[in-house]
Amino acid sequence: MNLMIGRAARVRAFLALLACLPLVAHAHRAFIVPSETVLSTTGWITVDAAISNDLFYFNHAPMRLDNLAIIGPAGAPLTPENVNTGKFRSTFDLNLPTSGTYKIAMVNDALMAQYEGPDGQRKRWRGSPATLSELPANARNLELSQTQTRVETFVTAGKPNDGALKPTGIGLELVPVTHPNDLFAGEAATFGFTLDGKPAANVKVTVVPGASRYRNEQSSTELTTDAAGKVSVTFPQAGMYWLQATVQDDKPTVKAAKTRRASYVATFEVLPP
Amino acid sequence: MPCLLLRGSFAAAAILLSALSSAAELSLAVEVPKLNVSEYHRPYVAIWVERDDQSVAANLAVWYETGDRKEGTKYLNELRQWWRRSGREQTFPIDGVTGPTKPVGVHQLRFAGTQKPLATLAPGHYTLVVEAARENGGREVVRIPFQWPAKDAQSLQVKGERELGTVALNLTP
Repeated sequence: MNLMIGRAARVRAFLALLACLPLVAHAHRAFIVPSETVLSTTGWITVDAAISNDLFYFNHAPMRLDNLAIIGPAGAPLTPENVNTGKFRSTFDLNLPTSGTYKIAMVNDALMAQYEGPDGQRKRWRGSPATLSELPANARNLELSQTQTRVETFVTAGKPNDGALKPTGIGLELVPVTHPNDLFAGEAATFGFTLDGKPAANVKVTVVPGASRYRNEQSSTELTTDAAGKVSVTFPQAGMYWLQATVQDDKPTVKAAKTRRASYVATFEVLPP
Repeated sequence: MPCLLLRGSFAAAAILLSALSSAAELSLAVEVPKLNVSEYHRPYVAIWVERDDQSVAANLAVWYETGDRKEGTKYLNELRQWWRRSGREQTFPIDGVTGPTKPVGVHQLRFAGTQKPLATLAPGHYTLVVEAARENGGREVVRIPFQWPAKDAQSLQVKGERELGTVALNLTP
């Protein structure tokens, strides 16, 4: 009996783990939404982070904030306050002490393995490059895949700058050409993408407007980056938008892995002209 | 010697040009309309001269809630176009530009071509932009294209639909 409960709990734990990892096991959308994107003065904002199908509604799962990286205008990290993870969303407050642009990012680097144990039984494992040593050395027919995800949003107090916008050179990243807090309906905006720091050509990019509950279509726009890794987007109307770009290749940063999936997601606010 | 002559003619042209622009004047009448609403707050208003590439050539006036409350500057970003084109580059108050919000009525502004901020305005095509945003109200932008300095006296005007009344621009050559 005890054994049964233990197994059910393990299954639940595994399912819960799956739900925590955005863009991996299912098509739910991860997003980070700030209370404001363009502020006149320094001060506080509050931020929501969640995973759901509907943009931008909290009706599925909260985003885990374990790997939150907030970068200030000078490129230095910031610490959020009042961090909470509820049933449907995570929230935190953030003080913007100086003028400039802030990048709020959730960065995950996950590994997934399937292998055969010594008894020939098929086993699964989830971890990260840091916990790779958990895999038994004698694992046979190991299939290891890497998933790099980056979910971001941008907030500017006062004059925008690009101190927080420099790419780290890891995974798929946005290198803005048009400043992400300078987006207006009807104006073309250009976004650049890099994969491991190099221009990411031929990458599929999806742009979906928010307020999805109040229309019958997804109304998404599908784009592909050019040779320089850039796409041009003209947002049809003002509102919050969700952008996703995904790459699948055989260039994981972990040697033992065969394949890699690198995803980039951002939330943008587009203002009326 | 020919070089000197050339320099002389340049100087003459410069004198002529400054003589032309010295008399030039730009005057404005901006109407803050009376609105039949239960909760009324005076609008924030920004008035500026825009180049054809939409960069700001001159800030003429910005009316916002000044005074001791730091809150006043918090809502300047609601003048969205002005905020992106100029406001976010500024520190407040801006000398000779910012002032308190204005009551309902027609407000006259006059700018001499010889003085700041028009003295440095190069001859060319510009647009006068007036943007208004009101707490618990709406936002509106009106534009009047014009040539500076004007060849002859001109009266141009545009009428706002909601947050602005008539905006009249008078140019004196």
